[in-house]
Amino acid sequence: MKVSMTVNGKAASADVEPRTLLVEYLRDHLELTGTHVGCDTGQCGACTVHLDGRAVKACSVLAGQAEGAEVTTIEGLANGSEELHPMQAAFREYHGLQCGFCTPGMVMAAVDLVKTHPGASDETIREQLEGNICRCTGYENIVRAVKAGAASMGGQ
Amino acid sequence: MSDQDTAIGAPAKRKEDRRFLTGEGRYTDDIDLHGQVYAYFLRSPHAHARINGIDTSEAMNAPGVLAIFTGEDLAADGVGGLPCGWEITDVNGEPMKEPPHPPLAQGKVRYVGDHVAVVIAESYYQAKDAAELVDVDYDMLDAVVSPADALEPGKPLVHDDIPNNQCYVWELGDRGAVDDAFDKAAHVTRLDLVNNRLIPNALEPRAAVANYSKGEDQYTLYTTSQNPHVIRLLMSAFVLNLPEHKVRVVAPDVGGGFGSKIFHYAEEAVLTWASRKVGRPIKWTAERVESFLSDAHGRDHVTHAELALDENGKFLAMRVDTKANMGAYLSTFASSVPTILYATLLAGQYTTPAIHCQVTAAFTNTSPVDAYRGAGRPEATYVVERLVSAAGREMGLDQAEIRRRNFIPKDAFPYQTPVALNYDVGDYDATLTEAMKVADVDGFDARRQEALRRGRYRGLGYSTYIEACGLAPSNIAGALGARAGLYEAGEIRLHPTGKVTVFTGSHSHGQGHETTFAQIVSDRLGLPFDDVEVVHGDTDRIAFGMGTYGSRSLAVGGSALMKALDKVIDKSRKIAAHMLEASEADIEYADGVFKVAGTDKSITTAEIAFSAYVPHNYPLEELEPGLDESAFYDPTNFTYPAGSHICEVEVDPETGKVQVVNFTAVDDFGNVINPMIVEGQVHGGLAQGIGQALLEGCVYDPESGQLVTGTYMDYTMPRADDLPSFKVGTKNTPCTHNPLGVKGCGEAGAIGSPPAVIDAIIDALAPLGVTNLDMPATPARVWEAINKAGATRAA
Amino acid sequence: MYDFQYHRPTSLDEASRMLSGAEEASFIAGGQTLLQTLRQRLAQPSDVVDLGGIAELRGISREGDNVVIGAMSRHNEVAGSADVAGAIPALATLAGGIGDAQVRNMGTIGGSIANNDPAADYPAGLLGLGATVVTNNREIPADDFFVDMFETALEPGEIIRSVRFPVPQRAGYVKFDQPASRYALVGVMVSQGAGGVRVAVTGAGPSVFRVSEMEDALGRDFSADAIAGIRIPSDGLNADIHGSPEYRAHLVTVIAQRAVNAALQAH
Repeated sequence: MKVSMTVNGKAASADVEPRTLLVEYLRDHLELTGTHVGCDTGQCGACTVHLDGRAVKACSVLAGQAEGAEVTTIEGLANGSEELHPMQAAFREYHGLQCGFCTPGMVMAAVDLVKTHPGASDETIREQLEGNICRCTGYENIVRAVKAGAASMGGQ
Repeated sequence: MSDQDTAIGAPAKRKEDRRFLTGEGRYTDDIDLHGQVYAYFLRSPHAHARINGIDTSEAMNAPGVLAIFTGEDLAADGVGGLPCGWEITDVNGEPMKEPPHPPLAQGKVRYVGDHVAVVIAESYYQAKDAAELVDVDYDMLDAVVSPADALEPGKPLVHDDIPNNQCYVWELGDRGAVDDAFDKAAHVTRLDLVNNRLIPNALEPRAAVANYSKGEDQYTLYTTSQNPHVIRLLMSAFVLNLPEHKVRVVAPDVGGGFGSKIFHYAEEAVLTWASRKVGRPIKWTAERVESFLSDAHGRDHVTHAELALDENGKFLAMRVDTKANMGAYLSTFASSVPTILYATLLAGQYTTPAIHCQVTAAFTNTSPVDAYRGAGRPEATYVVERLVSAAGREMGLDQAEIRRRNFIPKDAFPYQTPVALNYDVGDYDATLTEAMKVADVDGFDARRQEALRRGRYRGLGYSTYIEACGLAPSNIAGALGARAGLYEAGEIRLHPTGKVTVFTGSHSHGQGHETTFAQIVSDRLGLPFDDVEVVHGDTDRIAFGMGTYGSRSLAVGGSALMKALDKVIDKSRKIAAHMLEASEADIEYADGVFKVAGTDKSITTAEIAFSAYVPHNYPLEELEPGLDESAFYDPTNFTYPAGSHICEVEVDPETGKVQVVNFTAVDDFGNVINPMIVEGQVHGGLAQGIGQALLEGCVYDPESGQLVTGTYMDYTMPRADDLPSFKVGTKNTPCTHNPLGVKGCGEAGAIGSPPAVIDAIIDALAPLGVTNLDMPATPARVWEAINKAGATRAA
Repeated sequence: MYDFQYHRPTSLDEASRMLSGAEEASFIAGGQTLLQTLRQRLAQPSDVVDLGGIAELRGISREGDNVVIGAMSRHNEVAGSADVAGAIPALATLAGGIGDAQVRNMGTIGGSIANNDPAADYPAGLLGLGATVVTNNREIPADDFFVDMFETALEPGEIIRSVRFPVPQRAGYVKFDQPASRYALVGVMVSQGAGGVRVAVTGAGPSVFRVSEMEDALGRDFSADAIAGIRIPSDGLNADIHGSPEYRAHLVTVIAQRAVNAALQAH
């Protein structure tokens, strides 16, 4: 079946099997390999993207369910600018990543978190990131990065 | 240009971050080769079964299927078994039992997830769909999953010809001296301990892409490895019998390892072999369920330990008896973990004069067990620190006091322990004193009282640990059974324009080598940080390497680079002498400038590099052109990072839920190149250590041998809200025997923290009568411990 | 995942027709459970009918003494709804604690209750608040809706339109997480309203259930102390590596008391 959506501001369309997950559509058909797959049970959050502006797990959405939607992946977060998005920059500044595998999903979740919980405390940040597993950082620097990223996003 | 301080010791931001943050990282599963097809591994659904036959005929006719291979196909082609890299000698002088480990099962399957067949098809789904049509005729056998069970007589045999499932019995230390000391002891503390089995769970599942190029007769394997050269060596020499120079192994960006990606796995060999059979590049990416089933697991010890003390709380002797689970087969370094990397650490930070340890290793119907962050040292630390804390409680000694009475004093180094290691340097009291300050131990009683008013119990737990990193000297390791060298290789290549490419045999999968190593090179050569590029993970680009594990990259890999840098500087000095028309002895070098002593004549490293490649004014009669130096570094000793961890918990007695409210780690890592990265490594290690103590535990069903904790629905991964904000610091004493004075920091957090957490809970619940608790201290387990203690007290 | 035919109807009638025309069809609402089940090949529907395109299944509104929540309302919509927060804050708390942020952005109330996972939150919400499930052809009281583990009173082809919650005088929901999945090891919704006191427990048994002894005690005295001594029997409760039946039985009392306190604090 044909599935069409807007990905990172550009129209995208591909002929896929109905069982194709959004993450497979992004990785295999659009070659957007920044969105990662870390589990098969919808828990690790490495595949987090924005679907119509909200963070979702691209492994838990059929490509067909995203028909006509606006999808943003880590590759599109900075809107094509050479500059990093403030949240990306904060993760670098605060060493909020090590192996980098969970990072795209973590950053996408963090950007949504800032929208839904402006001015979030450390405790709220930790609670709201429960859908994203990181095995490297112990989360300490992720929390610092999200806080700093939220501040530099200025409530966007 | 870099606008930041990147000198040695500065918290330089990481070079690798930009690609990871923008989705441009290139992990193995991101690699697609032209004409690529996909593999699905059919795995055993049974823990133990005989294979009577495998019928692939229906599956072969399924859409898209190109080939299906079984163990018989590999055997027919002369494919060997996966080797074990460390031979342990049994107490009776015999080598350990080393059963064959065929990449695809032959005759029997020995754990749930064991590899039975590989299906190769045009798409992954086609391969997986077809695998369901493979008909395997199994005869189910009884299974055994725990090491203690497996060693009992009359239990099912994992390997028919290995009696009692016993791989080896090994010992270290002076049993007679220990027995004598126990006879004289004023107090003996005894504990039965379980070091819970863990599943590593690097967030990137294992993956591989293999290709055989007929024209060049060349194999290429992209794989999620911490040590691509080791994989190439093991796979070509022992499994596939391929000429090593015709095999290229690339470990591109790797999403975490924690030990689980050290080992040579069946999938790597099978894919490489099959790519030639099929004539197409083949990709395989593990689903997470496969990672749970078939990545090498960690820990899994059952131990009885005893500590003998005199009336002043001074340690006289320690006696340890451990049963260790090897799983169904010996993974690459499995045999060394509960022996060489474990018993040698039982002195801890203390002057215990006599120690004896016996280890019995058992085969079971479970996934192979091998090194996981810390590998043997967390198990040793858990034994030592749990004993010390229990002894302190039993003898009414303050936890800091009992430790201080037994610390090796800072003026006693080098210090020879009774368990083989020779510690070079340390100041254990300094880290403990600092940790107690940071943890505000003085204010604890007030916090405990405040919590009690809210119906919560607070406790404090200590762990003053030591570990051995930078696994070392090759000849000694060889004498202890290692079948590999333990050096590292590095190369510094200056280009004519003064830019530098650094090649290292270490592999970065989160550790930030591209940054740390660039800091060293840029600092030593006086060249801009941005002009230094670090290359790792490709056997075609790097001469050789032993890879990254055991917190060895900086201590061993970094030292190899230092040696190569010395060669670059020595050669540059000669070139400078020639160009500046001075004698070599008069050339002074500092910060990238070679200067004739007492003059203003000087030349920079970059200018020398240009001259080395455009040798018009150059001492050609005595020096070769070019500026490209390599070195191998084989350490003379281990390094000994050490530190003090203090954990403060709050327990909800109604639910059994434990919250870590404060965690302090003050470590001695020797010199620090990049404190930001070091701190990050500690954070990550602590999360895994606290995870082991509170959350993570691999459970196999004792009857069926099925993996109960087979997904994130049942295996508890630490999440952000499970963990506190960590307080970390360092009190460093530089390592005395490597050129950087560094010790290693990758595993310390995971090694030191578990006993601190458990003893904090025991301390919290002591008023309720709780004296012992196993990991993971889940709410249910803590609640049961409280209940049991209450029932005992009531009785 | 096995392959299937995918359909995206835009009306209830169309959805019903598609379902009855298929060999073995599944509805997909938010898909947060279904897709993981399919990925693990634990089910093999011939057809998947996506309810995401049916506008009439959306929307949250206050209707007199009730709050009506459309079946396709996402958990985050319920958690963030002013109508819900104003009338039944415990329900907002419940919805805001389901899964994780990403799951709440996709998962729906209709999907959750139709699945009736024994450890899901919404079944306790519906039963504990005395809600009514409105389908395309009837109304089903929560007391009749949740039949057994993963089993509801829904007939084949029947589609949930909305759930109608009577506004209670007070209510509280507290969940004690299973540490790995973060589903409820035990979750308790306590409410007091026109229909009396209701105490509904999820996670502890094969399906959500009420605790009449606690309801009676709270009817006399709506305080945590009133139920402190009530222990439910552990027979038939769930047992797994995260908790024995005895532990779950104990937790029911502890968590119910906390839910009572939450209800008292909120109102």
